[in-house]
Amino acid sequence: MSPLHFLTLSPFLLAAVLPLLGKMAPRLHKGWVAAVWSAILFMTLIGYSAEIQAGSPINESLAWIPSLGISFTLYLDGLSLLFALLITGMGTLVSIYSIGYMNAAENSLNRFYVCLLIFMGAMLGLVLSDNLLTLYGFWELTSVTSFLLIGYNHAKQRSRYGALKSLLITMTGGLGLLSGFILLYIMSGTYTIRELFEAGAPLASHPLFLPAMLLILFGAFTKSAQYPFHIWLPDAMEAPTPVSAYLHSATMVKAGLYLVARMSPIFAGAPEWFWIVSLGGLITLLYGSVTAVKQTDLKGILAYSTISQLGLIMCLLGLSSLTGLMEGEERLLYAAAGTAALFHLLNHAVFKGSLFMIAGIVDHETGTRDIRKLGGLAQVMPIAFTISLFGALSMAGLPPFGGFLSKEMFLEAVIEPLHAGVFRLETWGVLFPIIAWIASVFTFVYSALLVARTFLGPRKKELQHSKIHDAPFLMTFPPALLGVLALVLGLFPSLAAYSLIAPAVEAMMPIITASGERLSPDIKLWHGFTPALWMTIGVVAAGTLLTLTARKWTRVYTFFPSKFSISGFYDVSLNFFERLTFRVTSLYMNGSSRSYIKYILGFMLLVLGFILFNSADITFRVGAYAQIAPYEWLILLGLAAAALAVPFTKSRPVAIILTGTVGYLMTLMFVFLRAPDLALTQMVVESISVTLYLLCFYHLPKLRTEQRAVRFQLPNFLVAVAVGILMTLIALAVLGTNPFEPVSDYYVRESYESAGGKNIVNVILVDFRGFDTMLEIMVLGVASLGIYNMIKLRRKATDVGSRQVMHEGEFAEEDAAEMRKSQYGYDGPEADFNEQAEEETAESDSPAKGGEENA
Amino acid sequence: MEVIVAIIVGVLFAVGIYLILTQDLLRIVLGTSLLTHAVHLLLLTMAMLKTGAAPLLDRGQEQFADPLPQALILTSIVINFGITAFFLVLSYRAYQKLDTTNMDWLRSESSRHRGHSR
Repeated sequence: MSPLHFLTLSPFLLAAVLPLLGKMAPRLHKGWVAAVWSAILFMTLIGYSAEIQAGSPINESLAWIPSLGISFTLYLDGLSLLFALLITGMGTLVSIYSIGYMNAAENSLNRFYVCLLIFMGAMLGLVLSDNLLTLYGFWELTSVTSFLLIGYNHAKQRSRYGALKSLLITMTGGLGLLSGFILLYIMSGTYTIRELFEAGAPLASHPLFLPAMLLILFGAFTKSAQYPFHIWLPDAMEAPTPVSAYLHSATMVKAGLYLVARMSPIFAGAPEWFWIVSLGGLITLLYGSVTAVKQTDLKGILAYSTISQLGLIMCLLGLSSLTGLMEGEERLLYAAAGTAALFHLLNHAVFKGSLFMIAGIVDHETGTRDIRKLGGLAQVMPIAFTISLFGALSMAGLPPFGGFLSKEMFLEAVIEPLHAGVFRLETWGVLFPIIAWIASVFTFVYSALLVARTFLGPRKKELQHSKIHDAPFLMTFPPALLGVLALVLGLFPSLAAYSLIAPAVEAMMPIITASGERLSPDIKLWHGFTPALWMTIGVVAAGTLLTLTARKWTRVYTFFPSKFSISGFYDVSLNFFERLTFRVTSLYMNGSSRSYIKYILGFMLLVLGFILFNSADITFRVGAYAQIAPYEWLILLGLAAAALAVPFTKSRPVAIILTGTVGYLMTLMFVFLRAPDLALTQMVVESISVTLYLLCFYHLPKLRTEQRAVRFQLPNFLVAVAVGILMTLIALAVLGTNPFEPVSDYYVRESYESAGGKNIVNVILVDFRGFDTMLEIMVLGVASLGIYNMIKLRRKATDVGSRQVMHEGEFAEEDAAEMRKSQYGYDGPEADFNEQAEEETAESDSPAKGGEENA
Repeated sequence: MEVIVAIIVGVLFAVGIYLILTQDLLRIVLGTSLLTHAVHLLLLTMAMLKTGAAPLLDRGQEQFADPLPQALILTSIVINFGITAFFLVLSYRAYQKLDTTNMDWLRSESSRHRGHSR
């Protein structure tokens, strides 16, 4: 176990002991534990950065399932380090913030921080894994923790809805991802990312190359909320604000971007990769920014803004995939797109984190996040106002903030494809700058609206009371730090460029380092009157105009009814599938165990019959069988006759005596078949059984005759006869084949030699298979305990209904409809459970009728 | 003889399964008994019948009937006894409490206790 492994797994360990810590120090806010530990992790990772910058990644391997080629390999290079620092750094700030945000009195704080820590560990594992399968495992773990954290306020119906939505969509993507990884394995024979890079060109010509790429992109797009899979992210805003800031803007949603960047060396250069990633990103960018403008919830704006910004980064990653196709100067231009992508990723985490925290503070202070009810808060919350101004300016892409630099680099990068000369970009490439510009205008508009509607203008009457003021230090410090960081990144971009961004870009594009070059990211605040700068000036002009006239545009923004949205489609199809599944399931799951036995037998018939008729080496032997004496004929025929008579008799005692007859005839058979021990045992057992049965009737005379004999039922009859024939065939088939040396000779030989017994059967039972016999005795013991309890213990009627939950499957159609209504009318499943629980208690109050009489 | 016994095995299986699929608790118990007998005969037949004397060493014999299936069956007989007794008492108690041994009525009977009369 290397330090790197410990670093990755430590959040899990901490999550495991956190509840115990809570017991030992009940007054300590658990947030401190998370904050301190993530700060330690952050510092440790900083310690690695010099090594990474020098170009020597760290590789630590731990064998896990060597037979399947799965090892727990961790690989820390520039790209992983950038993400790991984001995860731990934001983790520290968010934990500190949450100490102020989360009420310490809540009992569920343990749950919150356990989930948060597990998420942090999973995220670290995701970005550090060098094995595709461990990466996948951590990937899914982030989805699960995200689900738990979105549903943190599980009493709220919207929370549950959002949690389920995010889980369904990201997990579907996760399954796609897994399939893609498996296809990669089929192509290359390895799960190790490093070895996949070395597999190189032959992969690209493989027929599975495109399916693998599409599946992996599906996973990445769902996770990173790219259009049209973005619909879960706005609903995920039901999570507590620290979670939104951490998972749904800074880290988890960037896992998809990480994956695209990580897989770039394998897929970059393929036209499909370029078009899907860059156009998918571009569409998401435009859609997100336009939709953000019409949101009224602070966190809604931020959610769509996140979608939009993720699209921007995705688009840049797509553009940077052209690097490998270029030569010399050109190549560096496209590498710059990669630099821009990762730099914007960092910027986005910084400004979006601060804005989310401010939104949380506003919510905390005023009790609302609706911008229609907010306004004029700048006077009472000057600090929050300043911070949000920093964040929003960076988001809008204005100097001198970090967002300005990466936005400029983005605009430069989208102009580039016009003269790329590959993939017929000279015609369609013109789309890039146009859409990018329009999206930037809307980005400017929503950034401006976000600040203006919250902090400027007249204060609403409800907000006039004096209780509203700036948040306490613990809540203000993290966003303030991020706001300052947004400014620092703008003024001194080289701070991050050389130590963080350049190694990460090099890791993303090994083709650059392969030719011996080192990337020198040249990020400057002032770079002359470039086309990008003119575009920015245009953005500011158009954006200001739109912002000032925003109220006039409301009609346009709300033109499309939400019913026809993708989210509406999700609701309808989910509803449809639930109905369908319910109907199909209730067709065969009717709650009767006899039906289930029929299914099992039918399946057995199919499988065994199929094998029997398809195996070439099963033969039916003729001749060389044992002789059969006339009296044996008699016994066997009597056996069959007695058995066949059982279903035809009306009287229960007769049925029992017939079964007893079969048993006694079996005893005789055992005698003739040279099995004296069996005969003795069968004799005793049969006598006791029959006595027991008849004793039963002595006590319950009414039970003697049934109203009717067994009613003939054709399906049952067919199943029974088919099984009978199959068993006969199997018996004959076994007689005809003899693939193995029988083991019995060993027992015959060793019975006296080793065990000193002359009755071989007895020796096998008590010596060779002694444990079997002991367990057999245990079965008898358990059965007798059960019988004793049934007879002696007269519980009150409460136990009658305990099995009823199983029979819920048979509820009628209208019950089901009601249940669905309650689910979709958002009364939620709890309502059902409560109802059920009530019934159960009601039932325990009213004694069942049999219970009292017998007691 | 093996062929005849194999057919008898089939008959016992068919009757046993048919009984298990009926509504009456007692018949189901009887069905399991018949099934057990069928399995015992099947095990014996698989090892070939009458290949030698009873597996007792002190009789001066050289050839024995296969002792292993016999040991398995012995275990099975005893376990089957335990299970039959358990089932029997279970249906006895079910009858005492609910006044029927019909599986379908048992279900509707217990749902009546919950207030779902159907």
